[in-house]
Amino acid sequence: MVTINELHKYGRTKLIMPGTAACPGCPLQLGMRYLAMALDGKFAMVIPAGCSSVIPGTAPYTAFTVPTMHVPFASSPAVASGLRRALRIRGVDGPVVVWAGDGASADIGFASLSGAAYRNEDIIYILADNEAYMNTGIQASGTTPPKAWTTTSPRGKTEGRKDVSLIMIMHNVPYVATASIAYPMDFIDKVRRAASIRGFKFIHLHAPCPPGWKFPDNYTVRVARLAVETGMWILWEYNQGKLTISPPSIPYKDKGRRKPIEEYLKLQGRFSHLTKEDIEEIKAGVDRQWDLILKLTEIYR
Amino acid sequence: MSSVSSKYVKYILSKPMMGAGGKTGTWRVHRPVIDAEKCIKCGLCWLYCPENAIDWLEDKTVAVDYDYCKGCGICSDVCPVRAITMVKEGVI
Amino acid sequence: MINQSQVSGRGIRRIMVGDHAVAEAVKLARVNVISAYPITPQTLIVERLSEMVERGELKADFIRVESEFSALASVYGAAAAGARAFTATSSHGLFYMYEMLWWAAASRLPLVMAVVTRTLGPPWNIHDEHTDILAIRDSGWIIGMASDVQEVFDMTLTAFKLSEDERVLLPVAIGLDGFILSHTTEPLYIPSQEDVDSWLPPRNPKVPYVIEPGGEPVTLGNLPRMDVYHELHRAYMDEAMDKAKNVLHEVYSEYGKLTGRYYEPLVECYRCSDAKYVAVTMGAWSGDAKVAVDELRDGGYPVGLIRIRYIRPFPDEELATYINGVRGIVVFDRDYSAGFGGVLAGELMGLVPSNVSFKGVIAGLGGVDVSPSDFRDVIVNFINDVERDGYLRVRKWWYIPSVNGGD
Repeated sequence: MVTINELHKYGRTKLIMPGTAACPGCPLQLGMRYLAMALDGKFAMVIPAGCSSVIPGTAPYTAFTVPTMHVPFASSPAVASGLRRALRIRGVDGPVVVWAGDGASADIGFASLSGAAYRNEDIIYILADNEAYMNTGIQASGTTPPKAWTTTSPRGKTEGRKDVSLIMIMHNVPYVATASIAYPMDFIDKVRRAASIRGFKFIHLHAPCPPGWKFPDNYTVRVARLAVETGMWILWEYNQGKLTISPPSIPYKDKGRRKPIEEYLKLQGRFSHLTKEDIEEIKAGVDRQWDLILKLTEIYR
Repeated sequence: MSSVSSKYVKYILSKPMMGAGGKTGTWRVHRPVIDAEKCIKCGLCWLYCPENAIDWLEDKTVAVDYDYCKGCGICSDVCPVRAITMVKEGVI
Repeated sequence: MINQSQVSGRGIRRIMVGDHAVAEAVKLARVNVISAYPITPQTLIVERLSEMVERGELKADFIRVESEFSALASVYGAAAAGARAFTATSSHGLFYMYEMLWWAAASRLPLVMAVVTRTLGPPWNIHDEHTDILAIRDSGWIIGMASDVQEVFDMTLTAFKLSEDERVLLPVAIGLDGFILSHTTEPLYIPSQEDVDSWLPPRNPKVPYVIEPGGEPVTLGNLPRMDVYHELHRAYMDEAMDKAKNVLHEVYSEYGKLTGRYYEPLVECYRCSDAKYVAVTMGAWSGDAKVAVDELRDGGYPVGLIRIRYIRPFPDEELATYINGVRGIVVFDRDYSAGFGGVLAGELMGLVPSNVSFKGVIAGLGGVDVSPSDFRDVIVNFINDVERDGYLRVRKWWYIPSVNGGD
């Protein structure tokens, strides 16, 4: 695993420029910094509509130091497919990365994502998941957890959660992983491993959003960490047929070692209305998900 | 109009620049103040600064770029030795 | 309909359907990336191009996308990476990529698309109508329409030269009538690959800009600092559309020297220079209209035909020249803009002086056949009405043949 000392060389490098339009404490900025460090600042980005369309600031300036295309909401996987293929034909090397939110990936761009995955397009697709349509003002998306408050689910979301990363495995792609902005080394390793594989690589990055989840700006990393420590967000990696639990999540295979779910939920205003029954349901959901992932590690060994 | 040849103007293309979203240091309500004596030079504040407004220098000390720091306070929250305090702006 | 004067020139004489003529042009243009989703009557284009790629005749990447939206999105991505790219679609598919059409045009990247025109449902109908291609006329795409298979080939091939010209840098859509041209076999002359190579060089990836890892850190598309930049940007697009007219003249002049086939670039005047009455058409049925014009001329009527080849950029000057001095103009629209009438009639009417008679005829919708005698009858009735009443101004008139056994 990469160590922080190895990253010291980026100590003064601004691979993502400061002075963006992002909210204070924005996890997407963290994710992008890690992505850029993982790829040593040499890649091209395709960004569909979402917070990251606005974060880089206004033209003729941008905070992003790599060639970037901002594209329509549902189009990013297809645009990246064409981009990557054309670059290959021209003999130009280097990763093409789609940096997309949950809206663009799980919902409006789902067909396009499925198409690119099943064609095994040679791109790295990062689903930066802040669990709602944040850029338009916190509306529910396919990855918003059940019972969460959003402006379109003010009494708590009744639908479940689309498990996009597991759906990606079912597309027979070579690499799928989950990651979290609280575990940058794990994320950077995963990006680097993905970049070394030819074919469709998918990384689902957990990105807690202060205004959207209703917690103070300084808790972004704390909340992301608790998600993993309570077992609500499982860090795993599927690499060419083998599914393993990633090191930061290994302790939490043991249910007894997971922190109480309440510690994660109580920090977030979007869950402030939960009843005891709600919390029990959520706990059961966490257990079921762990069960499923652990069984999958047996199947994909 | 065709006298403008720059593709950046004609096609509204963008170049990387600091402060593309403005002088975001002005957003701050609190500013991070680093106690150099407590600092163990671990680099975690640099690592977790969303704004990339903290420099992790060659000697592994850190410096905050107050032109762009938004005062989110993550650096203070992640510091393992509580060397960073969030101080309200305007307090001398 | 075959226009004999146009099937001539240098090259290899072949016969094929319109869809395959598109594929031949794409092959000769050495396109790098193709992405298209099948939709009747465009499918023959897609299938022929796949064959060409699999056989190694065309060294291109063929992306089997899951929808038209992704088809345009992927060739757009390819164009941004500096490649020469192509897609094709029709009616419903064209509308599925509507959002992307506008984004592609305003990105100022060169692209070529064939639109095999087809009726929109409901009810389902796979026959010809021009409503689909005209519905994208505001998008920023240059739009041309062919009238026979030779012209389908020629317009597709010249589209690449036009689109990639530094003064233009706008995507080009070439329309061909569904089934009437797409699935109809006609003879045509195909230039050799050497001839095409000498005239159409590979695309310069740096024009206007390129998105490549390790390349210039350019970003396309983030919000402009001031709204006026956006307005300026559209003004630049308009300038490019204006320049495109000049470029069209140059391109067709060069193409004429190369192939021996010369076209009036924007608008064709058929026996209209000394006409007192002109009909205006676009697309394949222009051939039938020309037969009607010939018959009427034989009968002593001073009529001519103006055939629109490119509706965008709008050929206002050329049209104004040809309608100067006529007594009456009858426009045939194989399309319908709901609540308004025929699109071409609406666009042209403003150019027609108020003392000149005008009639906008809506016909041929849903693929209903309009024969030379139908054209002849409508034109003759129009002329007789004008001669009798002195003046006539009808923006919208439906020409619907009676149904067998009905009223």
